[in-house]
Amino acid sequence: MMAMPSNESIDVESIKKDFPIFKIRMAGKPLVYLDSAATSQKPQQVIDSIVKYYSEYNANIHRGIYEIAERATEEYTNSKAKLAKLIGAKGIENIVYVRNTTEAINLVAISWGNANVNKGDHILISDMEHHSNIVPWQLLERRKGAVLDYIKLDSGNERLDMESFKENLEKDPKIVAITHASNVLGTINDVKYITREAKKHGAVVLIDGAQSAPHMPVDVGSIGCDFFALSGHKMLGPTGIGALYGTEEILDSMEPLFGGGDMISAVTRQTYSWNSLPWKFEAGTSNIEGGIAFGAAIDYLNNVGMERIHRHEAELTRYALESLEGIKNIEVYGPKKEDIAVKSGVISFGIKGVHPHDVAQIFNSEGIAIRAGHHCAMPLVTEVLNKGAVSRMSFYLYNSREDIDKAVAAIGKVKKIFKIKE
Amino acid sequence: MDFYVEELIDNYEHPHNKGKLEHANAEFHGHNPVCGDDLTLYLDIEDGVVKDVKFDGDGCSISVASASMLTDAIKGKRIEDIEKMGFDDLKKIIGIDPGPVRLHCATLSLKALKGAVFLYEHKPMDAETKKL
Repeated sequence: MMAMPSNESIDVESIKKDFPIFKIRMAGKPLVYLDSAATSQKPQQVIDSIVKYYSEYNANIHRGIYEIAERATEEYTNSKAKLAKLIGAKGIENIVYVRNTTEAINLVAISWGNANVNKGDHILISDMEHHSNIVPWQLLERRKGAVLDYIKLDSGNERLDMESFKENLEKDPKIVAITHASNVLGTINDVKYITREAKKHGAVVLIDGAQSAPHMPVDVGSIGCDFFALSGHKMLGPTGIGALYGTEEILDSMEPLFGGGDMISAVTRQTYSWNSLPWKFEAGTSNIEGGIAFGAAIDYLNNVGMERIHRHEAELTRYALESLEGIKNIEVYGPKKEDIAVKSGVISFGIKGVHPHDVAQIFNSEGIAIRAGHHCAMPLVTEVLNKGAVSRMSFYLYNSREDIDKAVAAIGKVKKIFKIKE
Repeated sequence: MDFYVEELIDNYEHPHNKGKLEHANAEFHGHNPVCGDDLTLYLDIEDGVVKDVKFDGDGCSISVASASMLTDAIKGKRIEDIEKMGFDDLKKIIGIDPGPVRLHCATLSLKALKGAVFLYEHKPMDAETKKL
C-alpha cells in the first residue's frame, strides 16, 4: 500500500482489501467487524511478515554470528525503533517488549511497586479503569498495606471529575495510573494535564494506552509520563506482543521481573550483572515473530497516518452518535457528540428491556461483531453505571458509515424480536 | 436466529412463576458470570414432591425464559426425579439448543433447581450438576 497524503480521508474500500478476514462471511452475511477495542483485524502485510520470518530467516536473536540470526536480530530491534518513533520515545532503550498491556502494568506494579510503595502509601487510579489497571494495584495494595484510591467520574458518568482528582492528589500518591482512553465510555482523558498535576505532588505516572495508541497520535515526551503501556494486537499486530515504555531513568532504577538468558551481561557462580536497557527486562527467547510482525503493523499504521486514522474514527463516531440519537428506548454511555474531541471510537449502549447478550446475538445473525458484557471494567459497569452488562461497538480504520447503518438496522431487528415500541 | 422463537420471547417478556416464594423450604442462588445472569430458585417440597416453585432475579432472555419454562415443567414432580435431570431434559423443556456460548444462560435455572434439591436432602451436589 502506498503512503497517503495526510489531508485526505481514508479510502475504506482499498484498506479493506488488505485485510483477508473481510472475505469471510459470518452467519452467512459479509463480516461487519465492530469489536476492534477487543482486538483489531490484521492486514496481509502483518500476516506475511510472520510467514516470511519463519520461512526465510528463522533464528534466535542476539549473539548469532551468522546472516539469518543477524537479520532476525535487526528486524526485531527495528520493530522497537519503529514503536519508539511512533509514540515519541527517545529510542529502543525505552521500549520493553511484553505480552500485552496487562503484563506491562503488572511489571510496573511488581518491580517498581515492590521497591517504592510501602505501608500506608497511596496509589491513585480511576473509576473508568480496565481490570488490567485495577487488579495489579489491588495486589500491590495487599502485599504492601498500601491504600488504593479512585478518581470519581463527573455527574453524567462521562469524564473524570477533576475535583475528585485534585482531592486525591492531596494524599500525595506514590503512583497515578490512568487510562488514556476508556474501553467502555470512549472518554479520552487529558493525560498531559493529569501527568503535570500528579508530578507537582511527586507521583510517578503510568498511562494505560491500550485504547489510545492504536487510534491516535501519541507523544510520551509531551505527555511527560514515566510509563506508557500498550498492546500490539489492538493495533494490527499479532497477539502476545505488547510494550512497556519507560523513561531511561526509571527503567534503570528497577529490578527485572524475570532472570534468565539474554537479560544479563555476565553471570558467575556467585553474581550477575544486568544487560543494558531494554534487554534487562526480557529474559529468555523473546516473542520474535510477534516483535517482527508488530513492526510490520506499525509500518502499516504509519502509511495510513495516525492523525488520519484518528480523524476517520472521530467522523464515524459522530455519525454513529447522530444515528443513535433518533432511536427511542436506547441509552448511550460516555461523552456525546458535542464532546467528540474527548470521545474515541468506542460506543457502549443499552436497549431498554433487552439483555446486552441478546443484542450481541442478534447482531451476530446479521454478520455484525459487537461485544457485550462488563468489558473487564466491572467497577465502572456494575458500580458506576449500575448495569450488569452493556453492548459495545468500536471502530477502526477499516470501518465505514455503511457498517454503522447496518448496526442501526440490527438494532431495529432486536427491537422487533423483543417487541420494543419504536 | 433459530432460538429467538416466539415461545422463548413470550416467556422472557412474561415469565411464569416469577418472584419470591414465601413458604419455601429450599432455595438456591445461581450466577452466570458470562451474561451476569443472577437467579434464586425457591421450592416448597412436601412428601418428596414439588408443591410450588418460583424464581427471582435478572438475566438475559435465555436464562429467564429457561427458568420460566423449567419451573412450569417441574411442578408436581418427585424430587428424586429432579435429581436425575440433565441438560437433555432441559433442552426438551425449552425447545431450543442454546449452543455453546449461551449454554450456561440456559442451564442456570436447572443448576439452581438441582442445587436446591440437593441442599434440601443434605446431599452434596453431584458432578453433573456442578458442570451445568
